[in-house]
Amino acid sequence: MLSLFFDAVLALALPLLAWRVLTTRDLYRAVILFIAFGLLVALSWARLDAPDIALAEAAIGAGLTGALFLNTVGGLVGRKRSPSRESDESREVAERREAIQSSPGEPVDEVMRPWWVRLALTVPILALGLALGWAVVSFPEPAIDLAQQASDNLEASGVDHGVTAVLLNFRSYDTLLEIGVLLLAVVAVWSLDLGRVRGGQAALSKGLPVLHGLVRLLTPIMIIVGGYLLWAGAKQPGGAFQAGAVLGALGVLLVLSGLVRPPLSDGSGLRIGLAVGFAVFLGIGTAVMLATGELLNYPPASTYGLIIIIELFLTVSIALTLAALFVTAPPRKEQGSKEHSEEKGEES
Amino acid sequence: MSPVTFYLLSSVGIFVVCLYGLIVHAHLIRKILALNMMGSAVFLLLTGVARRGELTDPVPHAMVLTGIVVAVSATAFALAVARRLYEECGRAYLPEEDPEDLSEEREG
Repeated sequence: MLSLFFDAVLALALPLLAWRVLTTRDLYRAVILFIAFGLLVALSWARLDAPDIALAEAAIGAGLTGALFLNTVGGLVGRKRSPSRESDESREVAERREAIQSSPGEPVDEVMRPWWVRLALTVPILALGLALGWAVVSFPEPAIDLAQQASDNLEASGVDHGVTAVLLNFRSYDTLLEIGVLLLAVVAVWSLDLGRVRGGQAALSKGLPVLHGLVRLLTPIMIIVGGYLLWAGAKQPGGAFQAGAVLGALGVLLVLSGLVRPPLSDGSGLRIGLAVGFAVFLGIGTAVMLATGELLNYPPASTYGLIIIIELFLTVSIALTLAALFVTAPPRKEQGSKEHSEEKGEES
Repeated sequence: MSPVTFYLLSSVGIFVVCLYGLIVHAHLIRKILALNMMGSAVFLLLTGVARRGELTDPVPHAMVLTGIVVAVSATAFALAVARRLYEECGRAYLPEEDPEDLSEEREG
């Protein structure tokens, strides 16, 4: 009874929190509420017997995404707008826009569509909500019992944990493409060249002894946790994604504390690290064609070993990708520092 | 009503609220927040669906796990584009949703 009440409150809290995220005036506060939303979502997944994705959501969905948002909001605040578009505008218009725009230090946003648009929108939105609500309570029974099939074939997958088996064996093609998407995202973000832009790079704090001490203390712990999650993925919740998320968060911490400098030498090590997950996955996936004749169809005898090798490299790439997405700036050619190799050594 | 139904309905609620927010708000950060939470709503729906049978279905779980990682990279890209736009134009709004046009409409 109590657990049912808890589920009801949690289920009710999520849409309300989403509403608050979108209506709070202060953007910083909105991002903090967003992080709280992510943690509550993770909690609801833990309630729904999905510890794998609860772990990933807490680390990536709430933690890293929240850090990304905070970083961006920080980049949009307290800086004068470039005057490129104002040359032909009257001073009055510019001043009024200034008043609407956020003032330094307080990223306020309350620009919305006019009231009649909002009023007219409520009808179709409510209708959509009712239709979707009716659809989810009257779901038909699934035609194929995938849960049964997955558990029947778990024996042949080489690992003992259902989610890992699906990710790296039954549906490994999806995971391969997903790693490709990650690589593509870094390339896309780098091509925007935010390194030149003022405030485009993650803010670095220098000489904060408490932060340095904390990060030095956390680094070995997080590496152990990441390694454990990777190893545990074969038979219980965990795996490359969760391990990559933890190590990626470590990368962000190291960059933020200034212990590892982001414009990493000529970046060739970083580039290789980012691509190695996809390359190894694709390489093994095509190499097994020689043995079995099918893409990503592992020979039964060596399945476990191949999955572990793939997961190991996936972890490195996922961790580096998440950290690189946070730093946003591509590595510079002209600087020759060695810090990067340290970071890579730690994460692999 | 089983607890799973609560979560299924909750995911619909989040989705609808965020869709409304996505259309109504002009600021790009707000839009990206709304899009990201819409993704979370879909993930919540998938997780709820996985829980309906007597066995927990690992296939939707794997899809959501993949989805979370893709969502964070898409969000990072969207935020980078928004920041670049801010640098180029001095605003975090789309051209057709300029705050001064909207405020004129509201007044007039």
